[in-house]
Amino acid sequence: MNTHIALICAAAGLGLSGIAEAADVHIRTIAATCMSCHGPGGKSQGRNPNLAGQNKDFFVQTMKDFRSGDKAATVMKRHASGYTDNEITALAEYFANLK
Amino acid sequence: MTLNRRDFLKWTGAGAAAALTGCAGVPGSGSTHARVVVVGAGFGGATCAKYLRQWDSGLDVTLIEPNDKFVSCPISNWVLGGMRSMSDITHGYDKLSGYGIRMVRDTVVAIDTGKRVVTTRGGTTLGYDRLVLAPGIDVLTDSVRGFAEAEAAGKVVHAWKAGPQTALLRRQLEAMPDGGTFVMSVPAAPFRCPPGPYERVCMVAHYFKQAKPRSKIILLDGNADIVSKKPLFTDAWSTLYPGMVDYRPNNAPIAVDGARMIVTTEFDEVRGDVLNVVPRQRAAEVCAIAGARNDSAGNWCTVDLMTFESTSVPNVHVIGDSVGAALPKSGHMATNHAKVCASAIVELLAGRAPDPTPVVANTCYSATSDTTAGHVAHVYRFESGKGYVAQPEGGATPKGDARNFGFAESWSKNIWADVLT
Repeated sequence: MNTHIALICAAAGLGLSGIAEAADVHIRTIAATCMSCHGPGGKSQGRNPNLAGQNKDFFVQTMKDFRSGDKAATVMKRHASGYTDNEITALAEYFANLK
Repeated sequence: MTLNRRDFLKWTGAGAAAALTGCAGVPGSGSTHARVVVVGAGFGGATCAKYLRQWDSGLDVTLIEPNDKFVSCPISNWVLGGMRSMSDITHGYDKLSGYGIRMVRDTVVAIDTGKRVVTTRGGTTLGYDRLVLAPGIDVLTDSVRGFAEAEAAGKVVHAWKAGPQTALLRRQLEAMPDGGTFVMSVPAAPFRCPPGPYERVCMVAHYFKQAKPRSKIILLDGNADIVSKKPLFTDAWSTLYPGMVDYRPNNAPIAVDGARMIVTTEFDEVRGDVLNVVPRQRAAEVCAIAGARNDSAGNWCTVDLMTFESTSVPNVHVIGDSVGAALPKSGHMATNHAKVCASAIVELLAGRAPDPTPVVANTCYSATSDTTAGHVAHVYRFESGKGYVAQPEGGATPKGDARNFGFAESWSKNIWADVLT
């Protein structure tokens, strides 16, 4: 397994830290796209909620409730349905750490 | 004038900013001191410049823009409805300098993509490692016979770039007598802001309903049907403005006569008291100067959608409305292009691979009155060989409501802040 990872990394020209960075870059960029509606740095200037400092578990549950329709929404069912579970968990962590 | 790094530091204070933040401590920072020139400070360009500096404070970022103020196309239809003023949609660029972005108020007239040098009308030359073109659209005023003359005479405007023409169209509507006719014409897709024409009709109808209730609106559409949010708009026209809107599909304009106030289509001559003709559009001229306006018709720019790098010119990226792709030409979408592009450039300049699976989203509100709006929203995931694939559950609201109107207002405040502060 480890050999496989090492081979994949070598093939991609990345070290193991490179893999971690690639994941960070993916989430950082998605998080930035959320800010178009939720404000720069996740700090909203209007009625859209703040994402900066948001509780991680609350974020994940809310996104899942948007997806299932348990929580009523305008655009958020459409957005929440477009991301994977792993991305939602990583975004929750990203925003929880954003002050 | 050639700018060297010392000039750059002197003029922007970027050196102080870099010293304070400490490049080495910034995650993902390549600290390469590579030079990125961004052309156009609209939704796409300003966002790209800002996030480039946010994600790598070691980059030298220059933003070239001829206008001294940002005037938002989204919400500009609300000015026509009397719900907002020009000052509400006009914002300064002053806060962007806080990111260490160097603003050059000028127009690009030449690009040497071999030597990687941009030249402005004022004679400034700027070398680049990566160039980002975010100039928006050129309106092809010669594509409708007589339009250019009528526009020059101040008789007929397109108002498809927010600014003085928006204000002039509002004044024309204010001066129109009750019982008059507003004629709008829309080109065949693709054009900037697919729902824009239909929202504009709603906004003018809203104004007429308050101030000139006997007036009529004729929409001459160059398309076979309403291009975007059809249920939302047809519901608004029939329930909020019954009998006011005469929608005529397959009616592309051939000519406009600003003296007789007539729009000629293939089928008809249509007279109006206020004419609003929106001609066809294409990627702005600077894209052609760079050799990047490269689709088969020479109208739009084809890019690698993973990085937004031109498919024909290395080190030149194109974002926003100029891009030819199966993505809506919206301000929101331009900011998402900008973020994916900025992220890719930071990685590429640092010698790392860019994110192979970027994700973008679009959220677009249209007002149907001063208290109701609807939306269209999608998430798009990049797949190699396919481009951006719309994800399930994306779509549009069938009927306008107050909740969406509230979120539309909030959206505008947040996106303006995200682009400019």
